[in-house]
Amino acid sequence: MKLADTFQFAYGSLRGSPTRTLLMMLAMSIGVAAVVVLTALGEGARRYVVNQFSTLGTNLVIVLPGRTETAGIGPGLMSGQTPRDITLDDAQALLRSRAIKRIAPLTVGSATLSRGALNREVVVLGSTSDLLEVRHMSIGIGKFLPAGDINEGLSVCVLGNQMKQELFGNEQAVGQWVRLGDRRFRIIGVLASQGESMGMRTDELVIIPVASAHQLFNTSSLFRILVEARSRDYIEQAKHDAEEIMVQRHSGERDVTVITQDAVLATFDRILTTLTMAVGGIAAISLAVAGVLIMNVMLIAVAQRVKEIGLLKALGAPGTQIRMLFFAEAALLSTAGSVAGLVLGYAGSMIIGQIYPTLPVSPPWWAVLAACFTALGTGILFSVWPARRAAKLDPVAALAGR
Amino acid sequence: MIELQNVCRTFTVGDQQVTALRDINLRLDPGEYISIMGPSGSGKSTMLNMLGLLDRPTSGTYLLDGGNVTDLNDEQQARVRREKIGFVFQSFHLVPRLTAAQNVELPMILAGIPVEERKARVQVLMQNYGLSDRADHKPDQLSGGQRQRVAIARATVMNPTVLLADEPTGNLDRTTGWEVLKLLEGLLEQGITLVVVTHDAEIGARAQRRIHMLDGRIVSDEQRTK
Repeated sequence: MKLADTFQFAYGSLRGSPTRTLLMMLAMSIGVAAVVVLTALGEGARRYVVNQFSTLGTNLVIVLPGRTETAGIGPGLMSGQTPRDITLDDAQALLRSRAIKRIAPLTVGSATLSRGALNREVVVLGSTSDLLEVRHMSIGIGKFLPAGDINEGLSVCVLGNQMKQELFGNEQAVGQWVRLGDRRFRIIGVLASQGESMGMRTDELVIIPVASAHQLFNTSSLFRILVEARSRDYIEQAKHDAEEIMVQRHSGERDVTVITQDAVLATFDRILTTLTMAVGGIAAISLAVAGVLIMNVMLIAVAQRVKEIGLLKALGAPGTQIRMLFFAEAALLSTAGSVAGLVLGYAGSMIIGQIYPTLPVSPPWWAVLAACFTALGTGILFSVWPARRAAKLDPVAALAGR
Repeated sequence: MIELQNVCRTFTVGDQQVTALRDINLRLDPGEYISIMGPSGSGKSTMLNMLGLLDRPTSGTYLLDGGNVTDLNDEQQARVRREKIGFVFQSFHLVPRLTAAQNVELPMILAGIPVEERKARVQVLMQNYGLSDRADHKPDQLSGGQRQRVAIARATVMNPTVLLADEPTGNLDRTTGWEVLKLLEGLLEQGITLVVVTHDAEIGARAQRRIHMLDGRIVSDEQRTK
């Protein structure tokens, strides 16, 4: 029997009992659709996080004071020392590395921002002009911090969009003076509204030169240094250089932690990919359920078509051929079910995408492939038993309908 | 040529052994017209299934066209059935979802014959059996006589050497029964061996060779002298 004829015959017997066929297809397609939708959600979450990270800046290496040891007591504690502060000079020394393109030292504190009778507690960020590039911020009105001597404590500030709204409403803010703690600052720019990025609302910030922040908070240490590597390939080099320079400057003591944003990102990426796979796997269980249903219905079909099977044997179909016919039926069913499921799944993903526009919902290609192959696999696997049963029927008894 | 040598067939029903065929020796020549008669339970149906390779003997040998077909595997036996044996059943056994023409085509599909040749052969046969205008009808749209004619067309489409008919007129009225029988007898001219199992003495008497069975044994084997 030719393959094309086998499939045509199988198609004919599927057409012969449309209700049965439709129900089995439905079960299959729900399984496939579930895999597609759930992995689309997982993938959406992963992409969302990745996007969030990229708003933080690209090719970032972050230097923070202190060293996190995974086990035991840190070397600083052993020698009775506390980790040394990172100073502005340390930050500038980093620029000696060829791998490092820009740096932005960060000092964070809170102070009261006031204009006349209005005042508000705000997060104050002390940094330099390069912060704009390093953190991928964008300026709305006016200018960002001026470039120049890092140690010069100019009395200028840049307001977050929301701060400006709260203090000035629709009035012109650039050029005005505000009080921050015990100092007066002239507003030179307002940040464009950016929304949230990694839990820090840039809209609610006030940014001043790092030297001014040091004076304001009476400190000389940095919260951390944001380092931008020359390119993606230089990230490891930049991390290594930053570490070496800090060790040199801290008289051989490894008392800073250098993390790459990539490492953090990769961790999130891994976690969320695993999660997506797990969710997809759970959805795949519904495919197994569909498989059991197919097996069940096929066993009934074998019982119903016992006479036909007997006849085919009498007409000269060997057992292997009977089995092929049932496999072909299962394959056709699974394929049709998969296609229907894909349509259903993509439609579902699109609807979810409409409801949650922030989530970039789209099923990953591997999940789509896996769903289709699992559908086909379970369909054929679960038809093995019914097909074998059909092939083993005794033709004499089958023809008599027994 | 068909030869059964010392063929026995026993079934196990519950814990009882039932013997359907006892030591059968039979030789059928090409072009012979044989009727097998006997009461129910005499083993005539088992005999027919044995001849049609649907059943295997418990002991004994079956030679078909000189070759031993007893020990062939499932695949090889299916091939012999496909190429040398045609079946006609009392209840027609047409596939209800296929049209008359598709039912006739079925053995050729199983044999893997190309589409064009299949269509051509089906057309010729449908014409010969006066079924041309019924070709696209489903079995439930056909009369009993038409159904049996479709079944005979299906049984002969592969040009078998032997045609086995199990009560071919059993589900038909008298007139249509005779017509169907005439059709079967017409095949003898093509050199086919025709075996008809019946318990209708009148039908059985038409054959040149009449075999009577009782309790799994051949009790008489008469050859009509011309």
